[in-house]
Amino acid sequence: MSYLEFRSISKVFPGVRALSDISFKVETGRVHGLLGENGAGKSTLMKILGGEYIPEEGELIVGGEVRRFQRSRDAIDAGIAIIHQELQYVPELTVMENLLLGRLPSKFGFVQKRQAIAWTRTQLQKIGVDIDPLAKLRDLSIGQRQMVEICKAILRDAKVIALDEPTSSLSHRESEILFRLVRELKAQGKVMIYISHRLEEVFTLCDSATIFRDGRKVADYPSLTGITRDELVNRMVGREISDIFGYQPRELGETRLEVRGMHGRKIAGPASFSVRRGEIVGFFGLVGAGRSELMQLVYGADKRMAGEVRIDGKPLPGQGIRDAIRSGLVFCPEDRKEHGIIGCRSVSENINISCRRHYRQAHFFVNDKAEAETADGYIKLLRIKTPNRQQKIRFLSGGNQQKAILSRWLAEQDLRVLIIDEPTRGIDVGAKNEIYAVLYELAAKGVAIVMVSSELPEVLGVADRVVVMCQGRITGELQRGQANEQDVLSLALPVSDAPQLQAA
Amino acid sequence: MNKAKWLRHLDEYSLILIFIALFVVLSFTVEYFFSWRNMIGLALSVSQIGMVACTMMFCLASRDFDLSIGSTVAFAGVLCAMVINQTGSVTLGILASLVGGGIIGFINGAVIAKLRINALITTLATMEMVRGLAYIASNGQAVGVSKESFFVLGNAEFLGIPSPVWITILCFIVFGIMLNKTVYGRNTLAVGGNPDASRLAGVNVDTTRIYIFLIQGVIAALAGVILASRITSGQPNAAQGFELNVISACVLGGVSLMGGRATMSGVIVGVLIMGTVQNAMNLLNIDAFYQYLVRGGILLAAVLIDQLKNRGQAD
Repeated sequence: MSYLEFRSISKVFPGVRALSDISFKVETGRVHGLLGENGAGKSTLMKILGGEYIPEEGELIVGGEVRRFQRSRDAIDAGIAIIHQELQYVPELTVMENLLLGRLPSKFGFVQKRQAIAWTRTQLQKIGVDIDPLAKLRDLSIGQRQMVEICKAILRDAKVIALDEPTSSLSHRESEILFRLVRELKAQGKVMIYISHRLEEVFTLCDSATIFRDGRKVADYPSLTGITRDELVNRMVGREISDIFGYQPRELGETRLEVRGMHGRKIAGPASFSVRRGEIVGFFGLVGAGRSELMQLVYGADKRMAGEVRIDGKPLPGQGIRDAIRSGLVFCPEDRKEHGIIGCRSVSENINISCRRHYRQAHFFVNDKAEAETADGYIKLLRIKTPNRQQKIRFLSGGNQQKAILSRWLAEQDLRVLIIDEPTRGIDVGAKNEIYAVLYELAAKGVAIVMVSSELPEVLGVADRVVVMCQGRITGELQRGQANEQDVLSLALPVSDAPQLQAA
Repeated sequence: MNKAKWLRHLDEYSLILIFIALFVVLSFTVEYFFSWRNMIGLALSVSQIGMVACTMMFCLASRDFDLSIGSTVAFAGVLCAMVINQTGSVTLGILASLVGGGIIGFINGAVIAKLRINALITTLATMEMVRGLAYIASNGQAVGVSKESFFVLGNAEFLGIPSPVWITILCFIVFGIMLNKTVYGRNTLAVGGNPDASRLAGVNVDTTRIYIFLIQGVIAALAGVILASRITSGQPNAAQGFELNVISACVLGGVSLMGGRATMSGVIVGVLIMGTVQNAMNLLNIDAFYQYLVRGGILLAAVLIDQLKNRGQAD
C-alpha cells in the first residue's frame, strides 16, 4: 500500500524548469532513496513535500488524501518531517529546551525543570541515543544534533520522515547509529525518504529508489536487489563512468613540503609529514581526528605552539596566512559556505581576491581588464557553470563554487603546495570527476597536494600515499597499493572505542 | 525576457527614480524649493553628512559600525579652534584636528580588529569618551576663533558654489574610485561579505579594518573643522546624533548592514533624499518635532523595501 504519492509534479523557477512531471510512490515501512546529481531536483521536491514551495502542476497524496500545502505548517500538520542538510535548531539552548521548545512544562510560569529533564531523557533513550539533556546544542557534534532533530520529528508524531544528505558530515560510527535508527523507524511503519550521494549507503539502507536527472525522473527501482552500483551511477550521470577516480601513476620528484613538529591547541601532539613534488597525499581520519586542525596550523590560519613548515627546503618567512600564500602554499577549506566563498560577491571577485596583487597597478589600483581575463579564462578552463563572471557566487552549485575556489589558487603565479580539505563534499558525481582531474593536472606540474578527506574510497582512489590520523595524532602511513580499507580504518579508529556517540 | 530585463533595470535604479520623482514633485508643489539659493542651501546642509557618509559606507560595507563620528566632529572643531588660538596658525590647527581624528579612528579600528571587541560597543565607548574630551578641553564652552583666514575654508565660494560642497563632491569622487577601483575597496567588500573566507583567501582583514576606521576618523575631523569654520567657533556639543543621520543616509542608499554591498551612487542619492526631505519640511514650516517622525519613517520604509528586494533575490 502506498502511503505517499507524487503525481505529475512540476515546478518552474524564472528561466528554469526545476521539476517536470515527477510521479512515484512510497510505501509504508520502507526506505525510499532519492538519487541524482546536485541540481537534479531532489531538494526542490523535498521543499514541495515540506510545503516550502508550491508546485505549478501535479498533486501530492498523503495517506489517500490529496494535499495542497500552502506553507510549511500545513506539511507539519499532515505528519511530514523534513530533516534538511542545514539543521534547524537553537544552538544556545539545551537539548531539552530544543525538544520542548514552546511547550516546556511549567507551573505558575516557572519551568518544571526536573520533570522536563526526565522526560527528555526517556525520549532520547527510546530512540537509543545517549545525549545529555542539558548539553547545549552548539556543544554537540553534528551527528548528535541530527539525532536531536530526528527525535523532534518523532515527537511530532510524523509519519513521513525525509532525510536530506544526513551523513555528509557524520563520522563512520555516527552514520552507523543513524542507520540503526532509520531501520528502527522503518520497522515502526514510518515512510522514510533518504537522499544521499553515497551509493553504498543507499544499497545498505534503501528498499526502493528513484533517480532524478535535470528535473526529470529517469528511473524507478521498486527493489534494489540485483542492481549494480555502476548502473545507478550511469543513470544518474547519463553517461558511462568506468572509473570515477581516473587515477594514473605519476613521476614523483624531490620533497616539496616539509612539516616538522607542528603543534597547536587543537591537536594532541607535534605532527610531522612531508609531500614530494607531484605527489597527492590523502589525509584520512574520522570527524574530529584533527586533520583539518593540523592543516590550519600548517597554513597559518591557527596559532602554532611549535613547528616549522619548509617549502623546497626553505622555511616560510613568517607564521601568517599571507606568508604561506606568498611562498606558494594555499588552502581550500572544508566548509565552502562559511570559509571558502564570499557569497554576496561575484564569481570574478572570488577568483581574483588573492591573485589580483600580481597585476594591481601602483600597488593600489585594481586592473579590471586582467581580472576579467583571469576570471573568464578559469570559467572556461574548469567549465564553471555560471551565466557570466558577474554572477554572485552563492547562486552557483557546490561543485561550481569549489571550482571557483580552486581557480583562485590556480591563478597564483607560483603555486607549490595545495592543501584541500574535503575536496568533493556535497558535490555530485560528474563534478567530482572534474575536480580530481584538476588535482591530477596540478600534480603533474609538480605541485605537492595534501587532500584531507573523510571518504575512504576517495582517499584510496586518488592519493599516492595515505596518512591516517586519530584523536589528534598521525597514527600511520600507507603507500598506494598496500593501502586497503581495513588497514586504513583500523588506524583511524580509537583503540578503546566505547559504543556511544562521542562529541567531535 | 525583454520585459524582465527592463524591470531589473528599473529595480536597480529605483532609488534614483524615487529621488527624481520626489525632486520633481517638490519643485512644482513647494514654493521657493526649485531656486538656486535653495539648492545651494540644500547642498550646504548635507555637505558634512555627505563627507562622512563616504567613509561610513566603507565601515558598513565591511560589516562594522561607527557611532563615534559625531563626537569626533565636535572634538575636532574644538581642537582646531584651540590650536589656532594658541599658535596663530590655521594650517597647524587643521593638521592637529585631522591627526586627532586619525588617532581616534585608529584606536577604534585597533580595538575592533585586534582585540576583537564588537564595533557597536567599542565606538559607543569612544563616542562617550571623545565627547567628554571635547567638553574637558573647552571647559564646556564654545571656543571662538579670532583668526579671519580660518573662515575662508567654510565660507569661500568657487563658481557660485560654497567650498564645503566642493569638498563633499571631491569626497564622493575619491571614495567612489577607492571603492570600485582599488584593492582596498574590493577588500573592504570581501571582508564585509565573509570575514573568515577573506582571511583564508589571504586578505589582510585586520589592517583593512584599521584603515577603514582611521580614514573615517580623519574625514569626520575634516567635517568638524569645516563646521567650526562655518560657525566661526568650535562647539563641544555640536553634531549630536550626527552618526545616526550618516548611517541613515547610507542605509537609505542601499548599503547593507550585513556587509558586502555598497555603491557610491546609492550613498549620494541617500544623502540627497535625506537633505531634500529635511529642506522641504523646513520650507513648508513643519514643526521640528514632526520632522523626527518623518525622518524615522523614511528610514524604516527604505530598509523595508530593501529587505523585500533581497527576499525576491534569495528565492
